This record gives sequence, structure tokens and C-alpha cells, in this order.
Amino acid sequence: MPDDITPPALLEAIGLTKRFGALVANDNVSLAIRAGETHALLGENGAGKSTLVKMMCGLLQPDSGELRFDGAPIVFPDPATSRARGIGVVFQHFALFDALTVVENVALGLPGNEPLGALAKRIEDCVGRYGLVVEPYRRVGELSVGERQRVEIVRCLLGDPRVLILDEPTSVLTPDESEALFRTVDVLTGEGRAVLFISHKLDEVRRLCHRATVLRGGRFIAEVDPKKETAASLARLMVGAEVPRTPRIVAHEIGAPRLLVKNLTVPGDGSRGSALHDINLEIRAGEIVGIAGVAGNGQTALFNALSGERLARDPESIVIDTVPAGALGPTARRALKAGFVPEERLGHAAAPDMRLSDNVLLTTHGDGAIVRHGVIRRSVLQSTFAEIVKRFDVRFGGRDPKARRLSGGNLQKFVIGREVLREPVLIIVDQPTWGVDAAAAAFIRTTLRAKAAEGCAVLVISQDLDELIEFTDRIAVMCEGHLTEPVPVAETSREAIGLAMGGAHSAPSHAEEHAHAV
Amino acid sequence: MPFRLERQETVSGLALLAAPLLALIFTLIVGAVMFVALGQDPIRAFSVYFIEPLSDPWTLQELVVKAGPLLLIGIGLSFCYRANRWNIGAEGQYVAGAVLGSWLALATHGTEAGPWVLPAMLVLGALGGALWGLIPAVLRVKFGASEILTSLMLVYVAQLGLDYLVRGPWRDPQGFNFPQSVTFDPVATMPLLFEEGRLHAGVLVGLVAVALAAFVLGRTLVGFSIELGGSAPRAAAFAGFDERRVTYGVFALSGALAGLAGIIEVAGPIGNLQPSISPGYGFTAIIAAMLGRLHPVGVLIASLVLALTYIGGEAAQITLRMPFDVTRVFQGTLLISILAADVLVRYRIRRLKGAAHA
Repeated sequence: MPDDITPPALLEAIGLTKRFGALVANDNVSLAIRAGETHALLGENGAGKSTLVKMMCGLLQPDSGELRFDGAPIVFPDPATSRARGIGVVFQHFALFDALTVVENVALGLPGNEPLGALAKRIEDCVGRYGLVVEPYRRVGELSVGERQRVEIVRCLLGDPRVLILDEPTSVLTPDESEALFRTVDVLTGEGRAVLFISHKLDEVRRLCHRATVLRGGRFIAEVDPKKETAASLARLMVGAEVPRTPRIVAHEIGAPRLLVKNLTVPGDGSRGSALHDINLEIRAGEIVGIAGVAGNGQTALFNALSGERLARDPESIVIDTVPAGALGPTARRALKAGFVPEERLGHAAAPDMRLSDNVLLTTHGDGAIVRHGVIRRSVLQSTFAEIVKRFDVRFGGRDPKARRLSGGNLQKFVIGREVLREPVLIIVDQPTWGVDAAAAAFIRTTLRAKAAEGCAVLVISQDLDELIEFTDRIAVMCEGHLTEPVPVAETSREAIGLAMGGAHSAPSHAEEHAHAV
Repeated sequence: MPFRLERQETVSGLALLAAPLLALIFTLIVGAVMFVALGQDPIRAFSVYFIEPLSDPWTLQELVVKAGPLLLIGIGLSFCYRANRWNIGAEGQYVAGAVLGSWLALATHGTEAGPWVLPAMLVLGALGGALWGLIPAVLRVKFGASEILTSLMLVYVAQLGLDYLVRGPWRDPQGFNFPQSVTFDPVATMPLLFEEGRLHAGVLVGLVAVALAAFVLGRTLVGFSIELGGSAPRAAAFAGFDERRVTYGVFALSGALAGLAGIIEVAGPIGNLQPSISPGYGFTAIIAAMLGRLHPVGVLIASLVLALTYIGGEAAQITLRMPFDVTRVFQGTLLISILAADVLVRYRIRRLKGAAHA
């Protein structure tokens, strides 16, 4: 396609505005998706990407502005109507039933009563055409996250959509799986379909997309040609300021082991065998160790085992600061000066419907200052709360709102601040910057770096490989419940880690030797 | 379905307080319709039901006497419901407490036992209720059985057990074959607060319970862990609070308070053990807990309101010849209205436009 000819817009949003109470989620946002193009929608969390997508597929109705399809104004009262007109959406959270097969899941989403055999045939045709590897008769419960995503894409493609919207599709994929997805997207646009690709990973966007619309704070900022931009210039558009890099200066001494995990095995919940197989890990004072891996490979089980929410069979299998802690609950482990930050902020790290100040108590009630003889000392609680808010720049409306009311970044700063203020010697964080805006993410990484410099041992579990490479000292990879031996970041490569994430055990023999040595 | 409930992002505290008042008003409207349907003048009926009992010192005392058990049981249930544990069987725990406490009264009957009998009866009553309440808790923790079903079914077990005792081994031999025990000795009876009337010391127990419960729920880590466990169970586990211990704790406590209410009632206004020792206090207390927003002071107010429906119901039986079931209808309508008002405050009804499709 010659560069100077702009194809007409297939799906167009013109001046869409959507308010939720006082919050203006989308303020006069325009976007045009063209046939044969991959269009990126860029923005930080909270920039209004999801709201825009929901209005474009009929899940939400705009307060003002209009949608155009093929040049004519159109209203989508519900998602079924938009689907019928040829708009397919693959959301970040899949709507699949684990107990059913792929073809059964697909059949549930389609109108009419197509025989499963014929449907399976159509799935296989689709698979061949777009290079999507999907086996129709496998049960969804047995599939990896990447495979499930392909099922969702196939389900959309069977409706022969003209516009395909992919909501942060690569956030759950290994680098290899992402490559495969990009090839599929190229085939789709080659057929004249339009793809809207939502992401905050700038390198991908620059490689894959023809145009990019940048949103910030619910407003349209720019439409650019991502191939002519640098990752830094796109980041500036997204954030509105220069994004600080986390300083990585290791001038301090690496000290004694703060966390020792020895041959930790945790049985699964029954559906998928063992959750954790023979995990070995050592983290010393002053270092940050990262655990990379695609979601759903045992990271949650590992976090729960380390935090004490799930007790280990062998007390010696987890040692915190020389004390065997495998049989200790969360409160006893915190008493050993360990701090934990789970992945899910609402419902796990914080109680959504309780006030933020009460949420301080979750991890501090055993520390002796706020709770004495079982009685909560409100004044101490309030001053601790005020200190977290001040030192970690937690912003919110009102004096003491429910945790639910905070933005992701601010709640994460609160949750991390709550642990850091306890002066832990070991801090374990699952997905420290997931769904957090770039400025808050940089702040969180700098805070953790500073704790390490003070002699704290830090373990970071993350699916964001770039983040781990940026600010950890050693990286291990988790895949199907196994953990590789951590290697220094300087001695490894993105590619090697990516391979291990995909299950190619690049150094299993090495890891086993290590295990035997211990 | 052309309608859908959507969660409200912000729920004002005022609206949550207004919900029970709206529910009360709605209940009165339903009541008016019911009176008309029964052929009564609704104004006169309301006056008999809700105004006259308040204008007579004797019935005012009676109101407090009736509110007492509702208050004790309702406070215990508030602990359960805050922890998201649904104890529906307080009526059974009330009976179990009354039975175990009465055992001591009957065992010491006619002996020279001193003033230790009544306090010991109260302790036994609380113990009996707690043990009965722990059965559904154990079944839930060990086997995952729904505490709603098991606690409710244990009500009938307790009631039939009581029935057996007062018709069989514990029947008063000089009672002309009436199914009831001997009248308790003075040392086994709740002292009256005033010489006139029926106001007894049990009411003071209820007030102490209000103060203690308000302190525990509002100021202590135990109260916080109950609240947290009900509001966000995973966060509670992360905080290190054992879900099983909270389950056992709230069931034991609410059972104990229900059992205490049972033995106070038997040792107070009733005076002996009979087949029927409760006009459904254990069930009505559920309404008191919900209407009182699970807050001890709220439960106190709600208990007085609900006690009024009992007193008014008795008056209406006499003066208007209306069945006592009218009271049950009032209480039931009130519970449904509170639950509905809560949903309407927390959620918004959205009408779905466009065609219906699967």
C-alpha cells in the first residue's frame, strides 16, 4: 500500500465523552480505525483506553459524541449489535469455561445450533488460515493463558469481523507467543480487516502498528506514526513528562541470606497436579531478585507459600532470617520482619470496602505499636496512616476514603508504603507495578531499590520482563511450577529468559545440580 | 430481563441510615392495606398496635421486657453477620441455653442452695447456647456444610428436645399433667428491678452487652478481624486472621448470648420450663440485627421497635380480635423491606434498552 494514500476510516469515534460522576473518563476523544491497518491505542492505566473501547463495542453509551461505521453514524445499544456489524473484541480477561472443550466454548458464544463437528471444522480452517494453534477438542482448563487467548481470537474471527479489537493482548504472552500473535495480526490486516491494538509496550507498538492514538488523562493527545517515533518520545506523549529510569547502583555490600527456600513443594488444588515443584531460592540482604514468568505458572502459589497464607509441610523449607518459617502463619512471619505485597490490590492486599486507615491494620496489627493488648489505638493508627500517605505520596479524594475509591497507582503506593514503613529486612512483592501509571511505577521501583541499599532483601515476582531487567540484580524464571536458578542480569539476555518462560528449560541440569549441592 | 442491578460506586452513609426508616414506612403502608383488607379501620388499628402500648406505664415495662431477649440475641447475631456467617438458628440456641440453665434450677429445687444458683444458671445457659451454636460452625469448618441450613434445622431439634423434657422426665408431678416443670425457687429466679411490674435484672445484662459489644466491635483487634473476615476474606487471610477461629468465635458468642437470653426469660418472666418459651425471639432478632445495621446501639433501638409489634399484636388480639399472625406479617414485611431497601441503596436499577437476546 503506498504511503501517501490514506484508506477511509472503517470505524470512527468522533468527540466521545463519558463521565462517571465527577470523573471524566473520556473527554472529547476521537479515533479512526482504517481497513488494512493496525492501529495502536496507547495510554497509561487510567488514561481512558478501556472506556473508549467499551463505547466502541456497545458496552457503554457515550454521553456525547458519535460513532461512525463505514462513514455512516451508528449507535450500538449493546455488544450483540456491534458484533453483528462486524466488531470483535478480545478482552484481557477471558470468558471461557474451564470444564468445557474449545469447540463447546466457541459454540456457546455463537447464535444458532451449529453441530459441534461442523464448528470444529470451521475452527480448524480458521486455525490454518491465520496460523493460530488451537485444538478444538481440548478442554480449556488444560490450556495455557496464551492458548486461551487464541481461543478467544478464533471465537471472534468465526464471526468474520471487519474490526478486531485486542485489549492488551501481549500482557499474558511469552515473547515467542507475542511474535506468533503479531504474524496473525499481519495476516488479518492483509485481508483488509482493521485491528485496534491496545498496549502500553512501546517497542511492540512501534514494530507492529501503522498508526497510534495516544490518550492521557481521558483526553486525546496525538495521533502519530509510531514507526517515526522513538520509544522515549512515545513515552513522553503517554506520560506528559520525561519518564525517570530507576538508578541501578549497587555500591552496598551483599549480606547474609534473608530468605532461604529449600525443596519447597506445594500440591495443587487438584485440577492441575502440583502447584510448586521443588523450589530452591536464596536471597541475601541488599539484593533484589526477580522472578519472571507468564501468569498462571505458579507465581500465586509461590507468593502464598512465602507469605504464610498457605503453610508448608516442612518448616525448614522456608527460612526467614535464620528462623525456620514454613509452619508459621503470616503474622508470625511478619514478626520476623518480613513484608509481603500481593498481586491483587483490592480484596487481597486491601479490603475494598474498608477505610484506607483501617487497611493499615492488615499488616501492622502484630507490630506492637498500633494494637496493644488487643485494643486498637486510634491515634497511633491515624498517625501511621498519615505518615504512609505523606511519605509515599498517596493521593485520594476526601479524608479517609474506602480503599476501593483509590486509583491503582495510589493504592499500590499505599500498600508498598505500609510494608516499607514497617522497616522489614525481607520484602516480597508480587507484580509491584501491574496496572500502575509510569510515574508511580518509577517511584515504587526506586523505593524498593532504596530498601535494598539499606540492606533489605527484596524478591519481585513480575510478568513484566523489561521491569525485571531494569531494576533487579538476579532473575529466575518460573514455568509450570518449576523455578530456574537465578542468574545475574548482566550475564543473561532477554532471549534466554524468554525461552525459559516458554518452557524451554535452558538450564535445568544446572538448577538440579544446585539443588543437590544444597 | 429488561432490568439490571448495577453496583453504585458511592453509597452515602446517610442513605444507609435512611434505609431502615424507609423500610419501616413501607411496612406501615403494607400494614394499612392489610388492615383494610381485614375490614378494620386502619387508623384505629394503628393506634391499638403502635400508640396505645406507649401510653401505659405497664405496657412500657412490658415493652422493655420483650425487647431484652431480642437485644441480647440481636447483638450476638450482629457479630455473626458482620463476619458473613449466617446463623439463622438463634431460636434453637435460645432453647438449648434455657434447657441447660433450667437443669440446675430443677436439680437444686427444694434444697437449701444459696444465691449462687442464679449466676450459675446464667453461665450454664450461655454455655448451652454456645455449644448448640458451635455445631453448625464445626459442620461448616470441617465439612463445608451451609451454616444457614444446619443452624436452622437445629432449631427444631432443640425445640423437640425441650418438648420431650417437659412432657417426660422434667414434668412437675404435682402439675395436674400439664407439660411444664415445677416453678423455680426464688434463688433460681431473676430479681425484679421494681416491686411493681415485671421489669427484671435481665434487662441490665442486655445493656451491659450493648456497651461491651460496641467496644469490641469498634475498638479491638478481635472486632476488626471479624469485620475484615466478612468484608474481604482473602485480605483477612493475608492479614493472618484464621477464618476458622473467627467462625467458631462468632457462633460461640452468638449462641452464648442467645442461650443467656433463653435462661433469663425462663428464670424471669416465665418462671418455669414449658414447651413454648419464646414467641419466635430467635427469628425476630434477625430482623433486629438487620434493622439495627449490625451496630449494638442500632440493635437496641430496633429491639424496642420490634418489641412494640409483639405488644401491639397482643393488644390487637384482645381489642380488635385480630389473629397474632398479623404480628408475624408485620415482622416479615419489615425484614423483606430492609433487605430490599439495602439493595436499592447499594445498587441502581438500570433499564436495559434494546431487544432481548440470550
